[in-house]
Amino acid sequence: MKFTEEHEWLRVEDDLIVVGITEHAAEQLGDIVFVELPEVGTEVVKDDEVVVIESVKAASDILAPIDGEIVEVNETLADAPSTVNEDAIGNGWFFKIKTDDMSQLDDMMDEAAYKKFIG
Amino acid sequence: MSDLKVTVLNALHRELGAKMVPFAGYDMPVQYPMGVMKEHLHCRAQAGLFDVSHMGQVVITAPGGYAEIAAAMEALVPVDVAGLADGRQRYAMFTNALGGIEDDFMIARRGEEMFVVVNASRKDADIPRMTKAMTGCTVTEVTDRALLALQGPEAETVLEALVPGAAAMRFMDIAVLPSEYGEVWLSRSGYTGEDGYEISVEEGRAEELARALLAHDAVEPIGLGARDSLRLEAGLCLYGNDIDAGTTPVEANLGWAIQKVRRAGGTRAGGFPGADVILPQLVSGAERRRVGLSPEGRAPMREGTPLFADETAETAIGTITSGAFGPSIEAPMSMGYVSTDLAAPGTTVYGEVRGKRLPAKVVALPFKPANFKR
Repeated sequence: MKFTEEHEWLRVEDDLIVVGITEHAAEQLGDIVFVELPEVGTEVVKDDEVVVIESVKAASDILAPIDGEIVEVNETLADAPSTVNEDAIGNGWFFKIKTDDMSQLDDMMDEAAYKKFIG
Repeated sequence: MSDLKVTVLNALHRELGAKMVPFAGYDMPVQYPMGVMKEHLHCRAQAGLFDVSHMGQVVITAPGGYAEIAAAMEALVPVDVAGLADGRQRYAMFTNALGGIEDDFMIARRGEEMFVVVNASRKDADIPRMTKAMTGCTVTEVTDRALLALQGPEAETVLEALVPGAAAMRFMDIAVLPSEYGEVWLSRSGYTGEDGYEISVEEGRAEELARALLAHDAVEPIGLGARDSLRLEAGLCLYGNDIDAGTTPVEANLGWAIQKVRRAGGTRAGGFPGADVILPQLVSGAERRRVGLSPEGRAPMREGTPLFADETAETAIGTITSGAFGPSIEAPMSMGYVSTDLAAPGTTVYGEVRGKRLPAKVVALPFKPANFKR
């Protein structure tokens, strides 16, 4: 699993990359009450705003961690946004992205580096 | 951080694992480890303890007793102060010359004295205002007492065990009662829509009392986050968001707080700042009104969201002043101002969120019916 400084995790599953936010991020956001996901088929460029999370505190944008195409989104979050709090790195995933260039993940943090990053 | 004030319970909040934030110049708990959502639900299901010691507590006396205090206060508020019975509390607001609201607060009659509780964010304006205007009266800020709120259906049982006499009070009663924690000043009121109490206690005994309340299984500490969602579900205004110096009581849909005796035709009609604006509005209405709004779907519409009559109109017809997700109603909820022709419940207006016009329905307040012991 790879991590970004924006507190996203990326997990490679076959030729797709599953993206979510870390437990640390979910805890910082507080209880999540709404997740707005991108449309399947959207071509995104790194740092595009792709997901909006509303917590009890505020709205936050999640940025695309890499260039690619959104090929699947986690529809279950529409009715159960708290899944992100309960299982951030499992059932709380946001979307799956397809890219021709897996090397975009090369410079990202691994788990040890991310743990160090969040101190 | 060093210039933030602290309440006497600051160390207790930290011990309980609170996340602290600056609020109205104080270092206050926004949430505890339980989290905003669960704290909110717990308060509605059992009981929650809030530290509201940052609020301003004021005692007013006068040589002429309560009658003199009431006469002086009525020159500042559009409320029937003289008619308040001993041992009772009432909602009031300071108005300005344009009819705007300078603060909303609670007044209580305690024999020949008055006890006032004002917003933390406004106490530095409110106390000089009273001191200056209420000539003949002595206005004294109470600086040696903490203020706790115990709210929720279990509050009565929990507090009666520690302060005998609490259970006999009804909604908006006040009482001064002896207890193991010294003399406590109780009011049966709050800011959650639940039954409950506000408890003024000597600072030196406050932590002991807070710990005794928290020792009860039914009681959990509640932070400012849940305090805000609780009050919003209850349809209660937050000063600075939903009401301010630019909103009149009629626009704010607070006309109920202006008793007949202070209205046109009443025996003590007018005589408060902005009466020439507010009294006609009570009769013929204002151009805009504060309403409850239920956004469709689950996304909250937060403060500052502009409101439109339809999906394409260029000119806004209002603004959201408070918005959040309501844990008990399991839906987003907002309050805001709309032009009066769109203020009828059932009307659909559109809030612009992240560039999109999303529908929200005007609804009657509160979102969650109150649970008071009348």
